Amino acid sequence: MKFQMEDVTVYFPYDHIYPEQYHYMLDLKRALDAKGHCLLEMPTGTGKTIALLSLITSYSLSNPQNPIKLLYCTRTVHEMEKTLAELRLLHNYQLKYRGDSAKILAIGLSSRKNLCINPNVVSANSRDSVDAACRKRTASWVRELAITNPNIETCEFFEGFERVADNVILPAGVYTLQDLRAYGKQKGWCPYYLARRMVPKANVVVYSYQYMLDPKVAGIISKEMQRECVVVFDEAHNIDNVCIEALSVSVRRQTLEGATRNLSKMAQEIDRLKKTDANRLRAEYNRLVDGLAQRGNLPITDAWLANPALPDDILKEAVPGNIRKAEHFLPVLRRLVQYLKGRLETENVEKEGPVSFVASINSHAGIDQKMLKFCYDRLHSLMLTLEITDTDEFLHIQTVCDFATLVGTYSRGFSIIIEPFDERMPHIPDPVLQLSCHDASLAIKPVFDRFQSVVITSGTLSPIDLYPRLLNFHPVISRSFTMSLTRDCICPMVLTRGSDQLPVSTKFDMRSDLGVVRNYGRLLLEMVATVPDGIVCFFVSYSYMDGIINSWNEMDILKEIMQHKLVFIETQDVVETTLALDNYRKACDCGRGAVFFSVARGKVAEGIDFDRHYGRLVIMYGIPFQYTLSRILLARLEYLRETFQIKEGDFLTFDALRQAAQCVGRVIRSKADYGMMIFADKRYSRHDKRSKLPGWILSHLRDAHLNLSTDMALHIAREFLRKMAQPYDKAGNSGKKTLLSQEDLENMVGSNILDMQF
Amino acid sequence: MQGRQVVMRAKYKTSVKDPGIQGVLIMLEDKFSFTPDDPTSSVRVNIEVKSIKSHRVSKEGSQKQALLNLMLDPDIKGGGCIFEFEKFSDRDICRDFVSKVLTKLQALQSSGKEKDSKTVSERPVDEQLSTAEMQHRMKLLQENIELQKLHKQFVISGVLTEAEFWATRKELLAVHASKTPKQRVGFKSAMIADVRPQTDGRSNLVTFNLTPEIIHQIFAEKPAVHKAYLSFVPRKMSEMDFWKKYCRAEYLHKTKNAVAAAAEAADDEELAVFLKHDEILASEARRKLRRVDPTLDMEADQGDDYMHLPDHGIFRDGSKETIDITEYDEYKRTLAQNLNRHAAVVLEGRALDIELGDTRTVAEALSRYKQSELATETSDENSTQERLERLARMTEIEDLQDSHNLPFAPLCIKDPREYFDSQQANAVKALGDTEIGTKPVNCDLSTQQAYRSLKNIISEIKENGFSSPIVKPEVALKVLNGLTQHLSSTKHHLGKSPQDTVLDRLPHRTREELLHHWACIQELLKHFWSSYPITTKYLYTKVSRVKDALSEIYPKLQVIKESAQSDFRHQVSLLVQPMLQALDAAFAHYDAEMQKRPGKSTERPNGYA
Repeated sequence: MKFQMEDVTVYFPYDHIYPEQYHYMLDLKRALDAKGHCLLEMPTGTGKTIALLSLITSYSLSNPQNPIKLLYCTRTVHEMEKTLAELRLLHNYQLKYRGDSAKILAIGLSSRKNLCINPNVVSANSRDSVDAACRKRTASWVRELAITNPNIETCEFFEGFERVADNVILPAGVYTLQDLRAYGKQKGWCPYYLARRMVPKANVVVYSYQYMLDPKVAGIISKEMQRECVVVFDEAHNIDNVCIEALSVSVRRQTLEGATRNLSKMAQEIDRLKKTDANRLRAEYNRLVDGLAQRGNLPITDAWLANPALPDDILKEAVPGNIRKAEHFLPVLRRLVQYLKGRLETENVEKEGPVSFVASINSHAGIDQKMLKFCYDRLHSLMLTLEITDTDEFLHIQTVCDFATLVGTYSRGFSIIIEPFDERMPHIPDPVLQLSCHDASLAIKPVFDRFQSVVITSGTLSPIDLYPRLLNFHPVISRSFTMSLTRDCICPMVLTRGSDQLPVSTKFDMRSDLGVVRNYGRLLLEMVATVPDGIVCFFVSYSYMDGIINSWNEMDILKEIMQHKLVFIETQDVVETTLALDNYRKACDCGRGAVFFSVARGKVAEGIDFDRHYGRLVIMYGIPFQYTLSRILLARLEYLRETFQIKEGDFLTFDALRQAAQCVGRVIRSKADYGMMIFADKRYSRHDKRSKLPGWILSHLRDAHLNLSTDMALHIAREFLRKMAQPYDKAGNSGKKTLLSQEDLENMVGSNILDMQF
Repeated sequence: MQGRQVVMRAKYKTSVKDPGIQGVLIMLEDKFSFTPDDPTSSVRVNIEVKSIKSHRVSKEGSQKQALLNLMLDPDIKGGGCIFEFEKFSDRDICRDFVSKVLTKLQALQSSGKEKDSKTVSERPVDEQLSTAEMQHRMKLLQENIELQKLHKQFVISGVLTEAEFWATRKELLAVHASKTPKQRVGFKSAMIADVRPQTDGRSNLVTFNLTPEIIHQIFAEKPAVHKAYLSFVPRKMSEMDFWKKYCRAEYLHKTKNAVAAAAEAADDEELAVFLKHDEILASEARRKLRRVDPTLDMEADQGDDYMHLPDHGIFRDGSKETIDITEYDEYKRTLAQNLNRHAAVVLEGRALDIELGDTRTVAEALSRYKQSELATETSDENSTQERLERLARMTEIEDLQDSHNLPFAPLCIKDPREYFDSQQANAVKALGDTEIGTKPVNCDLSTQQAYRSLKNIISEIKENGFSSPIVKPEVALKVLNGLTQHLSSTKHHLGKSPQDTVLDRLPHRTREELLHHWACIQELLKHFWSSYPITTKYLYTKVSRVKDALSEIYPKLQVIKESAQSDFRHQVSLLVQPMLQALDAAFAHYDAEMQKRPGKSTERPNGYA
């Protein structure tokens, strides 16, 4: 359908539209008009992504003289694929109704591991080795050498790309990673560098959060973006965690050992170079004297990870004199590694601020703050000079330098925590020194500053006033939408008691109680016999899930469950989990039915949809609180209390419930879909916990469903499933309209009642 | 080879475990008797065939005994008796014999009349049938009373042999077979491959029980074990040793002591195979990963995650759980992995169509299947395309657009009677067309041409008038009379409802007889005509047999015709007439054939009258 929204003609690829989608677009448009940031919460299952894409592309089409570019950030690669698939649907529609003027170039960007088509490179297992294997074939000095020495292997795809590099053009269209690979194969071009080269020209770029937030990656990928961009963070409820992770580094014993090895290897290289090609070292020194840490415009293949500090905080001055010479820089790093080793030898937990830590380094190792700060740049320059290609080998020293640079740059919002062992496993010595960032606003600040509109959106952003505080920005529009439903297609329940009427909970003192374990098992057993197709269960942690499944196995509950449905489990091995998910979907498709066991903060909960028959019921076992004894968490809570006046308890509950809401929200995709949600813990019946759930769940949580036992829940489930199986009136013609056609929209705009509805 | 009796050496047992008494089993059509070799032995077994309720046989296998178990009817004589044979082939002969005798008996019993068993036993048996087929035929007979009557009349009385009777009903057998395709049983949902050891509670002994089913599942779920079996057994170790080792490894896993497992594996390389991670599985997983839905591919995420470079990001904040990688890691195996693997195998379904039993054959069949699967997998390239299409379908929000059903216009008939009448008229018209067979009409006329020709015709008529009427009046009258007369007569006879048939108005007995004879004649004629041309002696005798049977029916029909009450005599004779005609035709053909080959008439068997 095509409709007019103020001065913008919106092309929407469906015949109907939900009213909340319309209002979402309206708010989004006002934010774009105001060139400001916005924060929008809309329940899952209301087509956020398509509304967003549809409005922003249409907005761009309506202002052809000043088109805006869309940078769409997703958390995961599979979400990227989903987004691009929706965009393709939309693009096809726009092409059909608007013609060639609607042509856009949209690409997905990912790492070499996901884009490379060179069979020798991509066969490497980890991402780092793929990156290194690529560098080995494409670094500028390698390619120079290869001209004279035919034995040196280069990459045919990159060479093919280089031959046409300057006038390479990707035809308009929507390219998923798969499409890029296919196109690269067809043309004989490297898809990764093709995508990188097309990023500045593309109208829509879809990539991962880190490419925008993590300075190490963003410094390479996103630095040339113009201000006229709309940056969208989808599924952004965890954005604060991504931000603080982007600026955190931890150093372990293995890191320091690896760094020592790296240092001796570099020392050998320097010695070799002194004998063979001393000019190169001298040239580097001269360049550093001139104040150029980097060698000007690096070829695209030579750039490695960028500076870990945020662009504004990087000093634009010359590298200090005492580390300009390579043979002087190495001892500095040696002393630093030695010092860190000494700090790791502690027997107690130590917590320190960056200022005192830097002072201590200065007094013990003789390295001042400025030298620390330049560690990254100096190392990078040295590695380029030494022409090191196996970057995966040198990650350890890179880590140490990142740490040094960060600790030298930031004096507030960070703390250094040294733990001799993991709290939960005190018998295994595993010392770790962590530089952890507490302030999520640091990493995201450059994004807010640089781009004219940043959209943060998710299904769960409650309480919505907390996010501007955590991220320290001022949205021009901040709004939470409710879901208009034709029928009650979601059925949340709070289960507090098991079949024997005893309370159930994953509270620390109750979680190992066999009665609770059995009650949880009986609940699932009753449900698998009642609910068709797919069921998803979320547990609070891997270890808890492992324990409870083992107990169920011993009690033979698992065997009984398997008589009804197949069982699949998320493990920490991504390959296995992916296959398990694939099989789970197959089992649901073929009608066999299956149960998927997953973990609340795990990878599956973060981005896999269990919509339609893939998830008719989701059971959330317990409240997924963070491990509250974690030093880092405690330090962060303290910082939040002092800086933003956010109470510890409030933050913890908020964090746990946004995870829970996120887990259960995965079952609904559209209003035609339906699903049940069981919160199985007695603590959910308390108002202070429950009220933190997003509004769209709370509005369906009836008082009668607040304190259920297994048998009551079963009864409700049966009723609900029977009701949902009936045909229903999709458009909601009887009362409030829940599905608008083009005609409806025109009428409503005419009579101006749209604004009154919400 | 086997006719009216079977004599076989066998052992008589009262139970499976019983060592048995060596002797001779003589099977006659009405009773079986067993005489032991040892004349002093008091064991004498005589079984009336009538008292046998059913029979069972043991499965064929190398270590198995060839057993035949006769279950006796508890009404007559309870229990059963078991005979053990030396070879399976001997046993099978006996089994076939028993099944045939039983079938015959059952056919007799189901007819409700105890026929003299002597007449049955006279008939030579000339085919061997499997039990299943026999049961299937019996079932068909029980279900279809008409068929049973025919069977009774012809097969039991010896006009047709069993084979001849069924040969014309192959489609019945086949249709039945295809209607119930052999159901392929999948794997059990329960994790039976996860064998739990049993302890007796007193000693430190643990017992593992493995059945062929479990072994098959182990092979399917653990390719390493499967591969090890193929390479080790029997060259390197015996099957027993192999499974002992396997169970030892399982036991070590159960104790969850990775260190102990590692120590044991270091000593014993074969044991290590079971304890270590399954390499084949890992490579299979990598292969499969390339084919998963991209919206599920979490491995790609990991490849895109620069946040978690080694040691970057938050390492220990409690939300993530540390995985410690130790040297013993490869000896650890979690329940989760087993569960996932099990569910995947169950979902794939059972690939093998062979009987479980011999481990070796199962293992080999499985590896063959895997190879063929691998070959097909590499060839299908359009699976990616399919996956992409699926992805595109999945992205659409279903209720925002109209459903994807193909457009159709509903059929709407305002007045059904009018519609069907017009259909009839059309049909009549079509008939008329063929009769008239008009000149081919050039349809490619332009309007002007058409107009001109029409004008010509009109002017012609104007000039000449209707010189020749379309139908001559006399003919028209005759046809009309004929039609209406026929109409009225059928109306008169058939009453109001069109469902009534002439047959319904006949007395019940006459009707039944007529139908029965009709069926008989059909059956016999089918056999009769299908035997021509006569090429073998067998066919010759068959034809004569059939002809005799046919000639027996002839007078019966006459009787019916005459005995019918006067009201119905006309109708009965109308019904009988075609039957008689068919019979006459058959007889005429038979006589003509006979005369054609007078030379061969000497070859007639004695029984021919």
